[in-house]
Amino acid sequence: MSERILISNARLVDPASGRDEAGAIGIDGERIAIVAAGVNDPRLRDFDATRTIDGRGAVLIPGLVDLAARLGEPGHEHAGLLESELAAAVAGGVTSLVCPPDTDPVLDEPGLVEMLKFRARNLNLARLYPLGALTRGLAGEALTEMAELSEAGCIGFGQADVAIRDTLVLHRALQYAATFGYSVWLRPNDAWLGNGVAAKGPLATRLGLSGVPVLAETIALATIFELVRDTGASVHLSRLSSAAGVDLVRRAKAEGLPVTCDVSIHQLHLIDVDIGYFDASMRLVPPLRQQRDRDAIRAGLADGTIDALVSDHTPIAEDAKHLPFAEADPGATGLELLLGAALKWGASAKLDLVRTLAAVTSRPATLLAARSPRAIESAAGLREGALADLCLFDPEEAWTVGPETLRSRSHHTPFARHEMPGRVRCTLVAGAVAYRAAG
Amino acid sequence: MFVRRNPQLNRNDELIHLLSIEGLPASILTHILDTAGTFLSVNERDVKKVPLLRGKSVFNLFFENSTRTRTTFEIAAKRLSADVINLDIARSSTAKGESLLDTIANLSAMHADMFVVRHSESGAPYLIAQHCAPHVHVVNAGDGRHSHPTQGLLDMYTIRHYKKDFRNLVVAIVGDIVHSRVARSDIHALTTLGAPEIRAVGPKTLVPGDLKEMGVRVCHDMAEGITGADVIIMLRLQNERMSGGMLPSAGEYFKTFGLSPEKLALAKPDAIVMHPGPINRGVEIDSAVVDGAQSVILPQVTFGIAVRMAVMSIIAGNSA
Repeated sequence: MSERILISNARLVDPASGRDEAGAIGIDGERIAIVAAGVNDPRLRDFDATRTIDGRGAVLIPGLVDLAARLGEPGHEHAGLLESELAAAVAGGVTSLVCPPDTDPVLDEPGLVEMLKFRARNLNLARLYPLGALTRGLAGEALTEMAELSEAGCIGFGQADVAIRDTLVLHRALQYAATFGYSVWLRPNDAWLGNGVAAKGPLATRLGLSGVPVLAETIALATIFELVRDTGASVHLSRLSSAAGVDLVRRAKAEGLPVTCDVSIHQLHLIDVDIGYFDASMRLVPPLRQQRDRDAIRAGLADGTIDALVSDHTPIAEDAKHLPFAEADPGATGLELLLGAALKWGASAKLDLVRTLAAVTSRPATLLAARSPRAIESAAGLREGALADLCLFDPEEAWTVGPETLRSRSHHTPFARHEMPGRVRCTLVAGAVAYRAAG
Repeated sequence: MFVRRNPQLNRNDELIHLLSIEGLPASILTHILDTAGTFLSVNERDVKKVPLLRGKSVFNLFFENSTRTRTTFEIAAKRLSADVINLDIARSSTAKGESLLDTIANLSAMHADMFVVRHSESGAPYLIAQHCAPHVHVVNAGDGRHSHPTQGLLDMYTIRHYKKDFRNLVVAIVGDIVHSRVARSDIHALTTLGAPEIRAVGPKTLVPGDLKEMGVRVCHDMAEGITGADVIIMLRLQNERMSGGMLPSAGEYFKTFGLSPEKLALAKPDAIVMHPGPINRGVEIDSAVVDGAQSVILPQVTFGIAVRMAVMSIIAGNSA
């Protein structure tokens, strides 16, 4: 007999429908059976719950959808394990995530993708949607077997952080992907200009760090847009970093190009000055840029130019940051910080919860569903009949980021010791409790 | 965001490490220069030793080779009566896979009192200063493109020796400024000590316009850059700049930005010419200028010992 869970007395916030009201949700097995406003819905009396979760003081939302999270496996088990990182996901309220193909070995073989999906499914934590490699070994030379990889479960194809140097190869990759309607995920970064370890600017100049100019992003975007115009391929742009980049995307969207984009929690909240005295936790890809770039990114996320906020979760081995800045591994843990980062941004931008949380729920979910029919179920929101992927969090409770509060195997983050708003009480995936906070 | 303390200073704002000139007040810079002045006479005595660092162990940690800089630190430490241990790490532990911090932990366990660090990555001495035992002092002997503070200080000593006062000077720094830790240290020191006009001179590939952010006037024309200058600091040109596509050839560089006697005539008649060494004669500077009356390149080397003695003795006297 399947479980019947009642989450009562919660504030229901559903960015997909705009709902924001007190109510309760009844879950029958994997799906939402009742969405009740207030407490007087007669169906609640007859629901006959096997388990009741008191949602008093908490907000119930659809589970978060994270479009960029690395999980350590395969190949980087010393930094993160599938189990630890998917546990971190649900602890952060994330119920669906997209992982890039830059594992070791690279996700360019259907067998590897099937194995990864199989192992993730057996853990019964967050849902995993892998991206396949666009080129074999991410080498930017030969195309992968996209149709095979798609059958194995890849929801799109990308190059992670490895830019394709040869424009002819990129052109053909987009033509080929467009043939089958596969979406291509690219981080706009010119292979030649984009090699520095910090953003070009006064800070990199002062510290003597090699700088990545904004040009690295805008030239890559201009190339991608021309190729999209020519091929009709649908492209998702990962992790914008600059004001000029946001502006180019805004114009491309106005033109009607089939492009979407995301930005990471780091670019949303931090700038290059935060590097301070060579703080290696701020060694990130893309690099942190200046105040005006952060302002444009915040505005772009609010006005919808930027479709989604991502954690850019990258497990980093404990000692891999104890190195000179340029030699430190780039990246940071983030799955458990996505909700807090969104709430922090929403509060400072004076957005209501519906609009704030759309950036981590309905907007990425819709994007995923539109491009990847397999993911359509995660996009339904708080609706009767929808899969019960839910997150219950306490908006008033703040917590301090640190090794003792993080589930991820990796604890390196620029937000270490920061206070984060919004503590996740409980996360459900397909009606099953995947995470419940202690106490 | 958190307010980060300058890691070079203790709670009383005394110097405990020398990592960069940036962020140090003029009073500390002046104190170092004044102290160096007193050591200069020690270096001219028959017995060139003072007992200030007697019983202390100074470890020269050179993760990047530099015989010249290492030697000047070694001489300075020995004249302060310290025991000096030279570790050529470029060829030993890290080559065997030991991490930087493991190396530091091991040397700390040998009761080191001071690390003099040269590293190819910007910021490496900060990492070491953060992770070494609290009684250990760190001197940056050059990190990546970031900083070479003792060179900056010896350059200031040289300028003050010949020009007395910084407050009316036009200083031209010529060459590969974007890759130069010496230029960065000189610029910070000159700004802090009140030099009113600092010019960064070179082609746009080596002197990009955004260097303005450091408070310098950017000149892409050699004649404009050195006209009326009181001090000309020539930088060494690395061969990599040609293979990296930043310059076509050494010959063309000498023609456009090399310092010849004719170009030097555009500067003030009493202008001094400096160079951190080693010199590429005929690439960035003409032999006639190196050996000419206005060159103070060898005095720089002499002052360098005194300045390094001053730095080591001052930081050794301050505790974390």
